[in-house]
Amino acid sequence: MTIQFNEETFRDDYTFKNSDWAIQRFPFPFHEDSYMYSVNMEQHRGGPEGSIYEKRFDVDEHYVAEMRDRAMVLADDPLRCQSLPHMTLAGWDLLELIMVSKSEDYPDLFELHRDGDQWRWVNKPLGIDDTFTFLDETTLPYGPMEYITRQAQGDFCVLDQRDDNLWMDAGTVTTQADWSLDFDIGMNFFEWHAPVPLAHEKGIFVRALKFLLNIQQGSPARRLNWTMTVNPLLDTSPENYHKWGIQKTTITPDNIGQKQHLRVELQTFFRLPRSNALVFPIRCYLCNFDDMMTMPKWGRRLHRVIRDLPEELATYKGFIDNRPMMLDYLAKFDDGLPTSPGIWPDKDSEPPLQA
Amino acid sequence: MSGAEKIDVTVTEIVAVNELVTRFKFERTDGGLLPTFSGGAHTVVEMKDGAITRMNPYSLMSDPMDQSAYTISVRRDDEGRGGSLFMHNNVSVGDKMVISYPVNLFSLDLRAKKQLFIAGGIGITPFLSQIKQMERLGGAWELHYACRNAALGSYVDELLSAHPYEAHVYYDDEKQAIALEELLNGQPVGTHVYVCGPKGMINWVRATTEKLGWPREAVHYEEFLAPQPGKPFEVKLAVSNKVIQVGEDESLLEAMERSGVDAPYLCRGGACGQCETRVIDYSGNFIHRDHWLEDDEHASGEKIMPCVSRFEGKTLVLDR
Ligand code: HEM
Ligand code: FES
Repeated sequence: MTIQFNEETFRDDYTFKNSDWAIQRFPFPFHEDSYMYSVNMEQHRGGPEGSIYEKRFDVDEHYVAEMRDRAMVLADDPLRCQSLPHMTLAGWDLLELIMVSKSEDYPDLFELHRDGDQWRWVNKPLGIDDTFTFLDETTLPYGPMEYITRQAQGDFCVLDQRDDNLWMDAGTVTTQADWSLDFDIGMNFFEWHAPVPLAHEKGIFVRALKFLLNIQQGSPARRLNWTMTVNPLLDTSPENYHKWGIQKTTITPDNIGQKQHLRVELQTFFRLPRSNALVFPIRCYLCNFDDMMTMPKWGRRLHRVIRDLPEELATYKGFIDNRPMMLDYLAKFDDGLPTSPGIWPDKDSEPPLQA
Repeated sequence: MSGAEKIDVTVTEIVAVNELVTRFKFERTDGGLLPTFSGGAHTVVEMKDGAITRMNPYSLMSDPMDQSAYTISVRRDDEGRGGSLFMHNNVSVGDKMVISYPVNLFSLDLRAKKQLFIAGGIGITPFLSQIKQMERLGGAWELHYACRNAALGSYVDELLSAHPYEAHVYYDDEKQAIALEELLNGQPVGTHVYVCGPKGMINWVRATTEKLGWPREAVHYEEFLAPQPGKPFEVKLAVSNKVIQVGEDESLLEAMERSGVDAPYLCRGGACGQCETRVIDYSGNFIHRDHWLEDDEHASGEKIMPCVSRFEGKTLVLDR
């Protein structure tokens, strides 16, 4: 399948949009009618054809526009991409993982030609054709991690593993849900998770870390996380809160269906071979409420989840003030019928909305 | 499925290194490339020994960047339950075997200003791949390697000729010993120490570094335990609702697997923590042999590591 890349923006005039294809494959994150934090990890070994789970690194219609947005963020704020000196080898590991995966999974878009240490990388959507020496930084325009993450959707945290903990020692983070790499750099798993409510008490982070430390080469894992974003903004960083925080007050009953987006992160975990580091790609998918309501099951379920979500979570995720307006909108799509288990839309089997 | 991903390989070379140690070379049976790995990683080798499938961890000693083949060195243990004897006596060139993806429980701290390696006997093997990694990437390192005598000093000649300044060898039979305190005191700030060898050596290095005030994070050690034989015992598995017998020559983990129970594991050598199992009830004595649980956990009777630990007594009920 060839992908038609959208001409669109994630700022200013916000021309971002999802095609019908993108809506159908949107990773709706709720497998039941309620939500609470849990250690929701599973193996990352493909998934249904066409779904965002199918490939190791999903490429979709937003690819080219997202990479343009990342370049703008990095031009304004170079600290969004950092790598402590001992993480260079992990950067090469990541470069190899992404180049190999993308060239195998999307041979019509990406090519990798290797002759010993001489590598040629062709990225057709971005018009790149570079030849370089593997493990020789001087042959690339950026460090290996920055080079490849300027060509891959989603944020990337590269974690060093030592002393039975993970350390945020490198990353490229321009599409984050209100946290900062520059603030978290050098922290460990418990330190950077400190702001999260309720999950510590439930022992979630102790169990999650144990799982992550044992992720092995060849056995990647994944989970979904979500939040809410007003306007299709990728860069909801603390650094730029003064620009986007205020936009949350622009929601009205008339524009909420278009402006309010569910923001879903597909988080994956891969052990990196040469460095024994762990990479944590966080891929962001946005879908506005109007588009989501075209799936009757998602309409019913989203209403119930948002209605019943504990206040601490709605506050932490930053939409407590807008929740009443969201519920007014969503209630119209909940007729009280039961929903089928699982995240998939089940369009053929779920009944349409009953008047 | 438990354990790391598997790879089908063919044995392509067997070399007797000395009287006790033999080296095996594995290449992918399908002709493809093996994964790269990080220095210090091991692979778990599956051995079909009659009705029993043994799985033993061995450090990878080849160049981590060489994807054409892996090599391991196996020291013959005449008293053990036979994993190493099987490798020595029953494996021939051309045999097909199954090994696991590389797993690293002994990786280099890449922040270190210098890596100081201390090896005893067959404990040299993880350092062979770490040295190749250091040579490839650059960075200071030094090796101090104690062996019984020149005849049993695996890879001594290779190391001394390739790295005359970095490698130092000590022979027990010639009363040569590592001057550990002096060695440690002479290191630049930011040095990390790695020790692999017999239990006594590991304890010695850990105790000495502690005494000299080295930060705990700068001291790394690895000791794989081979499961030891012992008296047979009976175990009730509460979740699977089975009563199983653990034979003299098999581990509790192997007995569970033989009975069709998919029990978690990774290293099979008491080091990774994956196989940790809750004890529901017991009457008798545990023979704890792992490095994972703390002393108080061993004493509590609440947990057991089935890959290496055993039990003697009347009743043992596990949450598995
Ligand atoms: C090594 C991989 C991981 C990294 C780098 C990472 C990083 C982060 C960061 C930076 C935050 C934002 C904290 C803030 O408010 O400043 C966060 C939130 C969170 N993380 Fe992780 N995380 C990782 C793995 C996990 C795993 C495996 C779990 C499994 C349960 C988890 C659960 C959570 C939860 C529940 C939140 C709150 C999210 C929300 O409600 O929007 N994290 N994580
Ligand atoms: S399998 Fe690693 S400790 Fe038992």
